Amino acid sequence: MALATSPPTDRKPARAGADAGDSAHDDAAGLGRVRASAFVVPALALVAVFLVFPALWTVYLGLTNFRLTGIAAAHPRVVGLDNYANALGDPDFRNALWLTLLYVLGSAVIGQSVLGFVVVWLMRDAPRAVRTTLETLVMLAWILPSSVVSFLWIAMLDRDAGTLNALLHTPGVAWLITHPLLSIIVFNTWRGTAFSMLLYSAALDGVPPTQLESARMAGASGWQQLRDVVFPHIRGHLLTNLLLISLWTFNDFAPYLITAGGPNGASETLPVFVYQTAISDGRLGFGSAISLLMLLINLVLAVGYLRLLRERRP
Amino acid sequence: MTAGQWLRRVGFYVLIVLIAAFLALPVLWLVFAPFDRTPTLATSLPSWTLHNFATLAQNPYALRSLGNSVLLAAATMVLVTGLGAVAAYALSRVRIPGRDGLLYGLLLLSSIVTGTAAMVPIFLLIFQLNLIDSQLGVVLVLSGGLLPAAIFIMKDFMDTTPRSYEESARVFGAGPLRILRDVVVPVVRPGIATCAVWTVVNVWGNFLTPFILLRSPEKSPAAVVLYTFYTEGGQPNLGLISAFSLLYSVPVVAMYLFVNRRYGFRFHGGIKR
Repeated sequence: MALATSPPTDRKPARAGADAGDSAHDDAAGLGRVRASAFVVPALALVAVFLVFPALWTVYLGLTNFRLTGIAAAHPRVVGLDNYANALGDPDFRNALWLTLLYVLGSAVIGQSVLGFVVVWLMRDAPRAVRTTLETLVMLAWILPSSVVSFLWIAMLDRDAGTLNALLHTPGVAWLITHPLLSIIVFNTWRGTAFSMLLYSAALDGVPPTQLESARMAGASGWQQLRDVVFPHIRGHLLTNLLLISLWTFNDFAPYLITAGGPNGASETLPVFVYQTAISDGRLGFGSAISLLMLLINLVLAVGYLRLLRERRP
Repeated sequence: MTAGQWLRRVGFYVLIVLIAAFLALPVLWLVFAPFDRTPTLATSLPSWTLHNFATLAQNPYALRSLGNSVLLAAATMVLVTGLGAVAAYALSRVRIPGRDGLLYGLLLLSSIVTGTAAMVPIFLLIFQLNLIDSQLGVVLVLSGGLLPAAIFIMKDFMDTTPRSYEESARVFGAGPLRILRDVVVPVVRPGIATCAVWTVVNVWGNFLTPFILLRSPEKSPAAVVLYTFYTEGGQPNLGLISAFSLLYSVPVVAMYLFVNRRYGFRFHGGIKR
């Protein structure tokens, strides 16, 4: 549900050296191992029951025909890999998978990442007031609760009174019905740019000014400075950022609040699909199978992220 | 200034204005509509009134749902910071076998098992525990999800605080629990505060978990009740929705400003749903 998001460079170096040598200085308060374990166990128990167990249980549930009501609710039967076979053969599932891919590519990898970088790059030598204003707006979009921002976008894209139609002089265009996927992609770009902005801003601080200066002296254009000086320095941050925002966008439930997956599944990303099939229709076994697939995709993204983190923290 | 430079300057500002407009436009409605006598979905300068807030006060669900949000956020915050702080302290100071693997596993888990990906098993678990439509169930699920990252944030913080205070207190004969209460807690307070704010912001905005685990509107937090206001059949009451949205948003904005002023928002710990 959440992730500690310090970029790797801001972390303190691991205290590996200190730990190895002087164990006498460990446990400064004289806690002792027994008491220390008693400190750790309650938190771990809660995590085990409400985070680890559900994840493992999904593996079993996905092999059953569990339903919320009816015969299968009282006596669920193990159906093996049927759920997975059904999922792969289900055009609705394949549609959801494809839409999710487009959603992640469009709103995170392209939208948030590019807009975040553009904001940081433009703000380098902008007046302080401009900089503060723009950064505040980006942060505001990020911190407002999702039910609030969802309605703000419903209002803005409304067919009759929406601000967008008024601005574009296109009265009567129902954006959420004619362009549902594009709508949620633009929405999520707006919503999540803050993280990329913060991360790239920290990354650019790490680019030595002298190198930029000498590139400028040598007559490099803005684009050449970016490619030859800036990019090599921030490549690690770029990858970290892309993995994290992809992970979050992949698990984003906000599209449900705006379009509820409609019309006709045209914006039904995987989280919305799971909700509709498992919770609304009560097909819990089938829903669990999809959940497991989602967990596996999360696992791939998260392992990639932690790998990066470790490489950069020797 | 040459013509080329001038053109670049103009282009620069046009781009900034466009981006600012894109970012600001959706929010304008939230600023103006709550004070408008006849709110529509269009963004316009209002004819000022506080009538919408009176409507809000009369709605049986609106204010109660804000109370529910406070309750859920406070309970989760106490559980997460309380259990998380002692666990983080023990992990930071005592070499428990397998500690590094445990921490790595926790970090991995918290990013993989999201509320969305695990919604089906979590729903079933709470169903089997007979905790559907109970706020306790929501608090437990949210705490389980937030604890790993909370332990991480606080352990990071505790690793950087010096042990010398604890050592000298020990020299003067203070017992471990007394050292914790009188020496450690005051020193690590900023880390605990950061974590508390982070937890509250997360719970305050969370929609999915209470949405699937709670049934009755009297128990639902503002996130869910606001959603039902605008998806219920019929004409949505825009005066009510706008005033409610604003009231519901103010606490997170206030907390953001507080954290930003106090600690600066430049990635020391990181705050994200």
